[in-house]
Amino acid sequence: MSDLLPVDARGLVKCYGAVLAVDGVDLTVERGDVFGYLGPNGAGKTTSLRMLLGLIRPTAGSVSLFGRDPLQDGAAALAGVAGFVEGPTFYSYLSGRKNLRLLADYDEPSSRCRIDEVLELVDLRDRAKDKVGGYSHGMRQRLGIAAALLREPQLLLLDEPTTGLDPAGMRDMRRLVRRLAEEGITIVLSSHLLYEVEELCNRVAIIRSGRIVYQGALGDLLATAASSYVLRATEIERAGIVCRAQAGIEDVGVVDGHVRFVADEDAVAALSIALGQARIGVTALVPERETLEDLFLGLTGGESSDRDREREAVAS
Amino acid sequence: MTGVLSVYRWEIVKLLAQKRTYLGVGAAALVPIIFVTVLVFQSGGPTDVPLGRYIRDTGLAVPFVVLFFMSIWGLPLITALVAGDIVASESQSGTLKTILTRSRERGQVFAGKVLAALTYTATVVVAMAAVGLLAGSLAWGFRPLTSLSGTEVSAGHGLALLTASMAIYFLPLAGVAAFGLMLSTLTRNSAASVVGTLMFALLMQLLGVLPGTESFRAYLLGTQFDAWHGFLRVPADWTPVIRALWVCALYIAIPLSAAYVVFLRRDVTNG
Repeated sequence: MSDLLPVDARGLVKCYGAVLAVDGVDLTVERGDVFGYLGPNGAGKTTSLRMLLGLIRPTAGSVSLFGRDPLQDGAAALAGVAGFVEGPTFYSYLSGRKNLRLLADYDEPSSRCRIDEVLELVDLRDRAKDKVGGYSHGMRQRLGIAAALLREPQLLLLDEPTTGLDPAGMRDMRRLVRRLAEEGITIVLSSHLLYEVEELCNRVAIIRSGRIVYQGALGDLLATAASSYVLRATEIERAGIVCRAQAGIEDVGVVDGHVRFVADEDAVAALSIALGQARIGVTALVPERETLEDLFLGLTGGESSDRDREREAVAS
Repeated sequence: MTGVLSVYRWEIVKLLAQKRTYLGVGAAALVPIIFVTVLVFQSGGPTDVPLGRYIRDTGLAVPFVVLFFMSIWGLPLITALVAGDIVASESQSGTLKTILTRSRERGQVFAGKVLAALTYTATVVVAMAAVGLLAGSLAWGFRPLTSLSGTEVSAGHGLALLTASMAIYFLPLAGVAAFGLMLSTLTRNSAASVVGTLMFALLMQLLGVLPGTESFRAYLLGTQFDAWHGFLRVPADWTPVIRALWVCALYIAIPLSAAYVVFLRRDVTNG
């Protein structure tokens, strides 16, 4: 059991008629990962998460959760797995507590004894007797986490858990996710909030138009970020000329009274000497790293995929 | 099996927490009260329906007459109200994904829902007959009943016949419920399923009165609502009863099997 991957999906494909929503997705999540799953809206994130949970049958490919396939093993494949896709849903005409009792009975009735504990954890104990229909969006998100934790999961799938929360709610949710990760729960977190992913995740996959365009350690991805520099100097036009003439200084551009270029540190050191020799005074020489957002937009083509949103609407 | 029972128990809890359940059972209980009240204050009555002539003789005749009238569309509608909704509402509200990502198999969830819809259907029949019997007995007393063969049946024996009639009357209504469950699963739309189920029941009744349908009339679902006439003859006529048993079994099994297969394989994309 211990050497089985929490998530091992191979070649997942989902067609809706002629439309290819997910096109050959491989996902590998290892034990202890906080795995960020990124992609523009409608890129196929949710469809692939639904396939992981056995809610949607893949057109091709296979899913393995701790070695079990939801298609073959049914509900047993979800042992130790919990979470939600596209926001948790509950029976609005039942109270929060009754919803959790129902879900506990859908697992093991013995998990009922943890209801108070999980309600406390998500700070909903005071409102547990109220009908879910009267809950705010944030309360429903928290109840969704509580419902997932009732299963004592080893793998937690959370689809945009902070979406729609107020700043304090988002902070609390991130704290909770970090705390759960520290307890050793493997977490798959889909999000389009890049700072959130940067803060929480150690590995990421980025999906675009149904295909994975990057998968690996977040650190490796950030390491591919090109280092650019911004130079301010006394004679900006002449500084630009010096930069262009200098070996190892690439993509030189002069805009808005500063020079921007890409270079490694050695080339920058040489450049500063060259500038001095040319009697140009340097007022600022600042490195600027590409952010995850820049990388993300580069990998996903910067599209917001409203086209894809339409095809998900068609699919459902 | 414990899995199915646990789902079933919660389906009942959910039904008891929803207004439409009370709307259905309430309507079923109200109809015989209105019926009896009108007959108490008006002369004349439903003389052209089975037992209609004896309606003022004993309260025992009331449930039979009410069940007859309500078989045309009243009870199919009340049945469809829940059967057509029980799967579709969860598709629409997105709760299907919530319960299908726990430890219960899809087959168990489906079976629990079928049992709950049938429980509601049986409750409606019993509520309507019981209220009819009570209201009728208050108005005209709990007295011996005249059978369809013209013989007198003691009140106690009449009550036994009513119970048997309710049981056989439940079967075609379960057929309506099965059809509703199928539409509910296929369409994922509550309103469409309720209306579609009612249309199906009305079509079955319509086919039964159109000329040229005599050859297969005995096998229409609507015809089975009259199977209880067999119990009210002396001696009992088992032909319509036996036929209702196997005909209804088909009307129940076929749509439920189709719905089961679809429910097991369907993509849960809503919510």
